[in-house]
Amino acid sequence: MWFLVSSMKVEASACGQNMQPLLKVENLVKRYARRSLVGAREELLALDGVSFTIFPGTTLAVVGESGSGKSTLASCLACLESPTTGNIWFEGKDIVKLEERARRQVRPKIQLIFQDPASSLNPRWSVLDILIEPLILESKFTREEMKQRASSLLERVGLSPDIVERPPSELSGGQRQRLAIARALALEPKLLILDEALSALDCSVQAQIANLLMDLQSSLGMTYLFITHDLAMAGHLADDLAVMNRGRIVEQGPAEEILKQPGHETTRQLLAAVPRMIRALPELEQQ
Amino acid sequence: MTSVLEIQDLQVSYRSRGGALSPALAGVSFGLMPGEIMGVLGESGSGKSTLAVSVVRLLPGNGEIIRGAVHFEGKDLLRARPDELQQIRGRRISLIFQEPSLALHPTMRAGEQVRQVLAAHGSPGKSTLSERTRQVLAEVFPEEADRIRRSYPHQLSGGQRQRVLIAQAMACGPSVVIADEPTASLDAATQMEILAVFRTLRERGGLAMIFITHNPALLSGFADRVLILYGGRVVECGPAEAVLASPRHPYTKALFESIPAVSEGRANGRKTKLPVILGDSSRSSLPRRGCPFEPRCTEKMNICREREPALVNLSEFHVVSCFKYES
Repeated sequence: MWFLVSSMKVEASACGQNMQPLLKVENLVKRYARRSLVGAREELLALDGVSFTIFPGTTLAVVGESGSGKSTLASCLACLESPTTGNIWFEGKDIVKLEERARRQVRPKIQLIFQDPASSLNPRWSVLDILIEPLILESKFTREEMKQRASSLLERVGLSPDIVERPPSELSGGQRQRLAIARALALEPKLLILDEALSALDCSVQAQIANLLMDLQSSLGMTYLFITHDLAMAGHLADDLAVMNRGRIVEQGPAEEILKQPGHETTRQLLAAVPRMIRALPELEQQ
Repeated sequence: MTSVLEIQDLQVSYRSRGGALSPALAGVSFGLMPGEIMGVLGESGSGKSTLAVSVVRLLPGNGEIIRGAVHFEGKDLLRARPDELQQIRGRRISLIFQEPSLALHPTMRAGEQVRQVLAAHGSPGKSTLSERTRQVLAEVFPEEADRIRRSYPHQLSGGQRQRVLIAQAMACGPSVVIADEPTASLDAATQMEILAVFRTLRERGGLAMIFITHNPALLSGFADRVLILYGGRVVECGPAEAVLASPRHPYTKALFESIPAVSEGRANGRKTKLPVILGDSSRSSLPRRGCPFEPRCTEKMNICREREPALVNLSEFHVVSCFKYES
């Protein structure tokens, strides 16, 4: 994996708080307007002044109920939508203000992974086609180089390179999500936005993919924005936590502290709604 | 007490385009008591959705019931005539599916969709029908039943749509409801609301329920009994508290351990990996013989590859299929 490691080793080794943030979001507002059937203008404030920073090599989890603005945030950060107002500083550049041509240079560095790998992979393409598509856009590799990269990407995410000829329909849910991660890594991104990327998977597969994400973070120094409604998984994967409600961040800080002592009502409600397993704690068994 | 629904040695296979049969359920048996909530827990390929549809014979065209029996109100549903089945489906046994936006008609008001269920199972007068529709909706929407009745599905939230489906399922007063991942597409708070609706209905009407899910955490505090499916077989079944607090089958144990808990702090503030079950549970990766979990099991023995373990009683109600417990 020389080509992936080469550019990222630096951050991984220098992961400290005194460095520049990878992403700094300031006062982000996204307003949707629509007309109802009778012609009245309705406004929806999807993001209402959202601000946060993420440092390289760390994970920020954004949690909130459906409709709280989590996915709008993801779309704005991935340059799929333009915010109404606000700034998104990525590696020191405000990507909101960039010209389309300049924004294209930034896009590959921020990759999105969606909830349902079945609908985010072209069913008519082979695994190889899916993996080399982003490389074709870069137009600087020969076919042979692309194939080689494809198979090293597959190995990186724990898939066998033997599957390159298969269509995604022949893969299991977990394998498909690994493939989506491999495709996202193809252009050596700095930031991965995981929009409910584990939610559609079986519990045992969620654990496998969560571990893969942690591996990639420690080997490549990857930075994650992990959007989820699963507070337990957020607490497990994230360094920092931001709790959203109606387009605002109502609480943010170190994940562990927030989960131990939730300061905002929304956080307490989210915590209360998490279904819990009865667990026989080892200490209890000994007593 | 006798069970309201009794499933015996149910075997179901799917025929591939080439004509080969691949088993989805390989001999599942259990009884559902009146008023009981049975949580069926399984991951992809476990056969849990096949179980839901084969009970009332709604298998897709390539599905075949190989053998078994489903006893309900004195009949074997697997051998019942189509007109008899039609009387039972939706009236005595109803199904609720995962995706409420797909299960509702997009251009029909919610009230009308509930009314049609009532109309299909009896022909009361027009005014009785409207009255019943109101009553049924009021049970799942105590506050805003009238607004919901006049709304189209797109005007409702995911949780509200799921409640409309529950109203449809409950309309004719069934004695059994089979719900296949009814909360999977909802967020945590709405999930809990829907579970509360089911509990209220159960307490009010003595409704028995098969609640199918892949998320064990949903079952604690909700299900009375838990049945764990793996590779089309029952690997463990018992009272919910016993199974969820101290699972005995190696699969159940490993599955529960792979789920992070909110309260679990990190060791010394460092991120730790989750324990995982290696491999996957898809049908193609199941062994041809022996225990279906053997390839992924950390406690396997030689015998596991030779034959399939039988269900062993650990206590009166707790059974497990593993050679560890066979004496």
